[in-house]
Amino acid sequence: MSSVAANKVTNILVVGVGGQGIILAGEILADVALNAGFDIKKSEIHGMAQRGGSVNSQVRFGKQVFSPVIPRGEADILLSFEKLEPLRWIEYCNAKTVAIVNDHSIHSLTTATGLQRYPDNVEDELNARFGNLFLIPAQDIAENIGNPRVVNVVLLGLMASMLDFDKENWLDALKKRLKPKFIDINLKAFESGYTFFSE
Amino acid sequence: MKAVLSGNEAVARGLWEAGGGLAVAYPGTPSTEILENCGRYPELVAQWAINEKVALEVAAGSAIGGVRSLCAMKHVGLNVAADPLFTLSYTGVGAGLVIVTADDPQMHSSQNEQDNRHYARAAKLPMLEPSDSAEAMEFVKEAFRMSEAYDTPVLLRLTTRLCHVQCVVELSDREEVEPKPYKKDFEKYVMLPVNARKRHPIVENRLKELRKAGKSSPCNRTEKGKEKYGFITSGISYQYVKEAYPTAPVLKYGQVFPLNTELARRFTKKVDKVYVVEEGDAFLEDQLKAVGIPVHKGKERTGFIGELNADLVRQAFGKKPKKGLQTDMDVPGRPPALCAGCIHRGIFTALKKEKATVFGDIGCYTLAALPPVSTMDTCICMGASISASTGMSKAMDVAGKREKLACTLGDSTFMHSGVTGLIDAVHNNARFVVCILDNRVTAMTGQQNNPVTGKNLRGEKTHKIDLKRLVRACGVKYVDTVGGYDVEGIRKILQKHWEYNEMSVLIVQEPCIQVSKKNDTSYATDPELCVGCKQCTKIGCPAVNFDLKAKKSSIDALLCVGCGLCADQCKFSAIYRIDQEEEHRKQAVEVLKKRREKKNRQGE
Repeated sequence: MSSVAANKVTNILVVGVGGQGIILAGEILADVALNAGFDIKKSEIHGMAQRGGSVNSQVRFGKQVFSPVIPRGEADILLSFEKLEPLRWIEYCNAKTVAIVNDHSIHSLTTATGLQRYPDNVEDELNARFGNLFLIPAQDIAENIGNPRVVNVVLLGLMASMLDFDKENWLDALKKRLKPKFIDINLKAFESGYTFFSE
Repeated sequence: MKAVLSGNEAVARGLWEAGGGLAVAYPGTPSTEILENCGRYPELVAQWAINEKVALEVAAGSAIGGVRSLCAMKHVGLNVAADPLFTLSYTGVGAGLVIVTADDPQMHSSQNEQDNRHYARAAKLPMLEPSDSAEAMEFVKEAFRMSEAYDTPVLLRLTTRLCHVQCVVELSDREEVEPKPYKKDFEKYVMLPVNARKRHPIVENRLKELRKAGKSSPCNRTEKGKEKYGFITSGISYQYVKEAYPTAPVLKYGQVFPLNTELARRFTKKVDKVYVVEEGDAFLEDQLKAVGIPVHKGKERTGFIGELNADLVRQAFGKKPKKGLQTDMDVPGRPPALCAGCIHRGIFTALKKEKATVFGDIGCYTLAALPPVSTMDTCICMGASISASTGMSKAMDVAGKREKLACTLGDSTFMHSGVTGLIDAVHNNARFVVCILDNRVTAMTGQQNNPVTGKNLRGEKTHKIDLKRLVRACGVKYVDTVGGYDVEGIRKILQKHWEYNEMSVLIVQEPCIQVSKKNDTSYATDPELCVGCKQCTKIGCPAVNFDLKAKKSSIDALLCVGCGLCADQCKFSAIYRIDQEEEHRKQAVEVLKKRREKKNRQGE
C-alpha cells in the first residue's frame, strides 16, 4: 500500500481506550511524517475525556494541511487498539480505509457494570463494514514479548510496514519519544509488528 | 529550525522568544500546558497561582514592575479574573502584559461554552486570535509589541483545537529585552475615581487608534481566490473554511477586537456574496452588520453551539456533505470514569449510603455524579460547593427541614476559592459538612502542584499549607481527618458530623493514584461464592466487570491496584486478595456449608 502521496493529505486515525498509549503512537507517527518533510497536524483532546474514556489521536500529513480534524469519510488508515472502537469512528472511514484492529475487547464502565451490553458480534460487523480489515492478535504478541503495554508499538510497527516511510525514520522517532529503559522492549514490539505479514 | 508544537507549547515558546520574564496561571483544560512548558525555560519565572484572579494580578504587578509578563487561563478562569481585567484596561501596563484565554467550544472539559471574545469588547481591550501553533507563537510576540506600543493589556484567544493541536512551527532565538525601570505614577496606577475618570477617555481613544491600525496589522490578511463568493473568518474556523472551500477568497481576521471593518468593506466589494464563519457567537458578524457591511447569513447556517468542522462548514454553504461508512450496531458509550483505586470512590460510596444531599465542585471527583456512583446534586463552578451549601443550609432553615447536607471539593479547589466560602459559612452560622478531598495534587488537569503539596511548578520544595490548621483558623471547631478507602469507617465519622450543630470539616486524605502509582496485590472474585448481586459494580471501578450472561462479577487483574473497596462491599465473601487465596479457599468451604444448611432449613 502506498498511501503517502505527495499531493494528497494522508489521514490516520488512531483510536482506543484511555491508557493504551494512543497519544504516544500519534506523536511517533507525527515525528516520522515531519522528518519525511511533510506539513503535519495532529489533534487530540486532553483532560476529562481521558479518564478511561474513548481516546483518539488524528494525524494528518501532506504538502499543506488545513483542518486539524479528519473530515468524515476521509480516514486512509484507522488504527484501533480496541476491537469495538472502530465502529464508534466508522463514519470517518470509507470503503477503501485500511482498518488495523487489535483483536482485543475492553469493557467500558457501562458494559462492565451491566448497564449496557458489550455487543457479541463485533467481529462480524467489522468484517461486514470494512473493505480492508486486518484483525490482529496484537495483545497476544505484546504479551509474548513480555509486556501487554507495548501493544501500541506492535500495531504501529504493523502500520509502518504498510507506509512508505524509511524504517530508520521510525526507529529514530521511537528512540526519541521513549524512556531509555523501555526502548529495547519497544523496538522488539515494533519489529514484530513490522514483520507480521512477511513472516 | 522546525519543530512540532501544540498551541500551548507555542505560546510558551512565543513568550520566551519575545524576551518575556514571567508566566503565571491556575491550571485549567485546555490551557494547562502553557505554564508547564513555560517552566521548561530557565529564563522565565513560571508559577502556579492559587486562582485566576491572583494569576492576573501577579502578572499585572510584574508588568507594572517592568517585566514582560503573561498569564493564562481557561475561559471560565477569566470570569474569576474579570475584576482586575476591567480595571487593568484603565491602568495600562509598564512592560507588556498578555492574557491568554483558552475557550472550550464543545465543552470537552468544561461546564459551559462561553465565547470570551465578548470580554475584549466589554473590557475595551485588544484581542488577537491565531489559527494554528505557528501563528500562536507569532501573535504572542505581536501582542507584546502592541501592549507596549498602546499601553494596554492584550488578550490572546485560543480554543481547545488550537491549544491541543500540534503543527509545524519555525523556531527563532530569544530576543533579549531589558526590564524597564519601574516608575511610580499616581494618576496611572491608583484607580481612585479622580484618576479613573481621567483614564477612561484614554481607553476610548486607544480603541479608536487600535481599530485604525488593524488595517495594516500583520495579524489580518486577505487571500485571493477563484470563486465569486468569499468568507470572513478567524481562529480555527479559518482552517475549516480552507479545507471545505480551498478556492474561495478569504478575509482572515487575527485582530478580532477592535475590528477594522474597512478591511471587510473592501473585501465585500470584490465578491458577490460574503459569509462570516466563526465558532460560538456571532461576534464578527454582528460587528460587521452594525456598520452596515453586506454580509450574508453565516451564523444562522453554522449555529451557536459546539465546535465547527470542515464537514459542517461544507454543508452550511451549499456543498454536499461527505458520507462515511455506517453501522447499525448500537455501540455502547465509553464515558470517562474515576481511575481504578481512585481515592474519591470511598467518600462518595459512604455519602451515597448515608443518603446525603451532596453539593459537588470542579475536579476529577465530579465524575462521581455519573452512574453508577451518582452521588452529586450540584456542580456549578470552582468553589461553589461550599457557598451554595451555605445557601442550601439556610433554605433548609427557612423550610424548617434539616437533612444530611455535605459538600465535596478537592484540595486545589478549596485553595482556589473554597476557603473564602468556608469563612463565609462559619461567619453566617451555616450548618453542613465540608468534605475536602485532599489527594495532595491538582489531579484533573494532570497532577500539578498547589499550596498543599509543598512544591512549586518546577517541583522544587516550598512552604506547605497545613489544611487542618487553615480550616481551624477559619473558625471551624470540629475537624476530622480520615483515609480514603474505608467506607464503613468514613460513614461512622460522617454520622457524628451529621449530629454536630455547627460547621464541620472532614478531610479525606490519600494521595492521588496517578501520583502514588499505588499497585498492591490485586483482588479476584470466586465464581462459586458470587451470587450476582452487583454490589461490587456500584462503586464504579473500571477493574470490576459484570458478565450479564453468567451473572457473575470478575476483576481485571491488570487494572486492579488492590484498594480492596470492592471486597468490602461484598457481603458474600466472594472477593479476595489473590495472595490470600489459600485462606479464602478454607473460608469458602465454610461459607458454602453454611449456605447449604440455610437452604436446607428453608426447605424444611
